[in-house]
Parts: sequence; structure tokens; C-alpha cells
Amino acid sequence: MVKDNTYYKTEVFSLHFSNRYKTKDRKDFGILIVVEGIDGSGKSTQIRLLDKWLRLKEYNVFFTEWNSSASVKEITSKGKRKAILTPTIFSLLHATDFADRYERNIYPLLRAGYIVLADRYIYTALARDTVRGCDKKWVENVYNYAIKPDIVFYFQIPIETAVDRIISGRPKLKHYEAGMDLNISKDEFESYRIFQGRITDQYESMIDSQNFTVIDATMDIEKQQNITRKHILKILNNKKSG
Amino acid sequence: MTLKKHTGKKNKIKIIKSGLKYTQDIQIKGSFIVIEGPDASGRSTQIQKITTKLEAEGHAVINAGLGRSDLVSKGIKEAKRNFLLGKRTMALYYAADFADQIENKIIPALKAGFIVISDRYIYTPIARSSVRGINRNWLHNLFSFAIKPDMVFYLDVDSYNLINRVFQKKYSLDYYESGVDLGISNDIYDSFIKYQYALKKEFEKMRSRYSLIDIDGNKNIDEVFQQIQTKIDDFLTLDNKETMIK
Repeated sequence: MVKDNTYYKTEVFSLHFSNRYKTKDRKDFGILIVVEGIDGSGKSTQIRLLDKWLRLKEYNVFFTEWNSSASVKEITSKGKRKAILTPTIFSLLHATDFADRYERNIYPLLRAGYIVLADRYIYTALARDTVRGCDKKWVENVYNYAIKPDIVFYFQIPIETAVDRIISGRPKLKHYEAGMDLNISKDEFESYRIFQGRITDQYESMIDSQNFTVIDATMDIEKQQNITRKHILKILNNKKSG
Repeated sequence: MTLKKHTGKKNKIKIIKSGLKYTQDIQIKGSFIVIEGPDASGRSTQIQKITTKLEAEGHAVINAGLGRSDLVSKGIKEAKRNFLLGKRTMALYYAADFADQIENKIIPALKAGFIVISDRYIYTPIARSSVRGINRNWLHNLFSFAIKPDMVFYLDVDSYNLINRVFQKKYSLDYYESGVDLGISNDIYDSFIKYQYALKKEFEKMRSRYSLIDIDGNKNIDEVFQQIQTKIDDFLTLDNKETMIK
């Protein structure tokens, strides 16, 4: 019988896939643009307009949004229906969704030179999961492999304005959307307001440390769009001149 | 055996690290036992035997295990079939799998005084992902939400022994269990041996961190059971469990 150790000498570990070399510094590496902000801040409207604009300029663009991976979405919806999502399960399902989109699309497309537009990125998880009671260091670790975006637009808005935009004309809010799992208040609208307020506090605390570009989301849509476009043009030009 | 007085003392749930800080103060009465080991190492046979014996002794037993979350398991299977899953995505899927089982099944059972036996736990996904190139610290941290079992047995079986057992069971090697996706070798037999060896090394690295108890799985079923059973008996006696009428 052949002894085990003839195989032991084979360096299996040399097969480790290394992502450590800095592809990000390559000139032909793509650009990652992120929008963040609470529901009703208008960030999705803005990123859709950016998407149209960049495609018209004939860039290769990929748009990705939070909680949209086909394989994970179904599980999350099931968990929401059954209301068995604890903060940790919730956090891990979103982390799985993100990893799936990251490994499948975001990272390979960036390597191929695409402009990737992300409606919410890891900052949403850092803010929401922390508010739900997960340990912040733990959440940071879960997402620490994700590449740093070229720019993060944070759409800053007074809570009342954003909340009014969301709840006006809606008789009911969804259980998790309203943060009812946090047991803040029996009234779902009241709960929603407090929940959004706490998320805002988390976002605000990240402005400097995560280098957010703050956009005043109370301005006219056109004006906000022009400001974001100016920032993007600058990044595109820097990339060109390398 | 002398009859020990049941103290009714409740143990605090043990947490490996941060993660689930909101479960840290939960009082539990039950015990949590894990059996780890590769495919064909005899895990299910041993779990059956342990379960039968514990139930005969009057303990209520409930099973958990890798990929057994009602919420996530179907998704993992479908995702594996329909999509090519990334390595990190896979690790996170298994983290969600255990988070669901821990919070919705294991903790409630432990509170009610059950003995929970898990067929594999967080250590298998950690080993598998680590061999596939995911950073170990990231993995340990990811799974730090998990509660710490009272005992973890690792069935250590020589790779050649293992391959013979697999062949006796189904005459062919499984794609993932042979680590073919790693591209170590074009030959599935070679790949199996090397992959299982790499996994074994990962378990060795985890031994002291997670207090894994090595069990020589090369021995026959009854000898292995004897080793495990003695340790469980000792533990349950120490754990102030009521001694049952036989």
C-alpha cells in the first residue's frame, strides 16, 4: 500500500487563488460608483439617470442593486413571510446576496473595465445590521473583502422628508421594512420613523471615515444629477490621463 | 452507578465570540454535541447509535446538521444545481444555514433541556472554504456568531481507508467531496486523496481553537462508538444530569 505521505508532500495550498495583487491600480480596471441613503432619499432615481447618461456616452455599464441575487432573493422572501428572520440570519442572507453579486458580476466586470453602478453597497449592511443589533466589528469583517468604490454618493435628507415620501398614500408598511422586528414601537409608522432615524445616525457616522460624497437630497433632481455627473466626469478624466 | 441529585442548575449559553450578542444571557438546560468528519467516516452510523442510547437512557434528543436549515437548505441545493456559486457565497450560505438552525431550532431545544446532536457544524464549511482559498481569519470571524458546543468529536479516518469506504458505499466518488472544482488533479482518485488530506490539515489547525476531540475513525463501528460513548457519559455525569433508571 502506498503511504499517505507521498501525497502529503504535494503542495495543495499553492493552488489558493490569490486576489491579492492590486488589479485596482491597473489603468484598464473599471470604475465602481455607489449611491447610499435611506429609503426616500431619491438615490435610486439619481443612479438610474446616471445609468442612462453613461450608456448614452457608450460606456460599458453594469447596474446592480441590493438584495437582487436570484438565488438568495427567494430565501429572503420566504423568511420574511414566515417572520423567522433574526438580525443575524437577516444580515447573513444579505451578505450572501452581496457575495453572490460580487463574485458573479461586480468584481469580474470591474476587471473587464466596466463602470459598475451599485444602488446600495456594503454601507447599507453596516448601517442596518448594526441598528438591528449585530456587532459592528463582525459585520465589517463579513464585508471586508469588498473593493473600495471610486466614489460613494450619500444622499442626505431630513428624516421627515424621506419618511413622508415613502408613507404618503400607503395604508400599510411591510413588517421588516418598518423595523417591526426591533420592537421599538407597536405603531408601524412610528417604528419606521425611529428605525430610519437610527440608520441615518449610522450613515452620518460614516461620512468621514468612509469618505462619502454628500449630496443634499432636498435640492431639485436636475441639480443633484448635475453635481453627481461632475464628480463622475472628474473620475473618468483621471482614469484617462492615468 | 450512584444516583446523583439533580441540582436543576442551569448553564449559561456559551458563545464563541461576538456575533449574537442578544443571545448571550440565555439560560439553557440541554447539551450540545457535534460529530464532525468527512463523508463515509461513519458519522451517521455513530449519530444513530448515540441517539438510540441516549433516548434509551431517557434523554430527549434532537438532530441538526450541515445544510439542514428549513429556510436555507433548499436554496443551497438549487443554487448549486442552477448556478455556479462563488466560494465566498458558498461560505455565507452555510453561515446562514447554521444561523437559522441555531436561533430557530438549537437554542429553543437547549432551553427546553434537549440534547442536540449536530451532524457536522461550522467546522466543515470553515475547512472547505479555507482549502478553497478564503482567508481563515475571515472565516473564523464569520462563524463567530455560532454557539459553542459542549463536545465536538472529529472522526479522523485515513484517506485511503476513506476512499475504500466510499467505494463500498456507492462505487464512485462525489464531485465536491473529491474537490474536483479545485483543479488539483485531472484524476478524480488523486484529487480525492489530496483534497481530503487538505481538509484533514484544516481540522488539525482548528483542533485547539475549538477543542475538537479526535476519534480514531479507522477502527470498527463498535470501537468508535465505545470511545465516543464513554466521553459523552462522563460529560453528562459532570453536567449534573439526572441519572436515569435503567
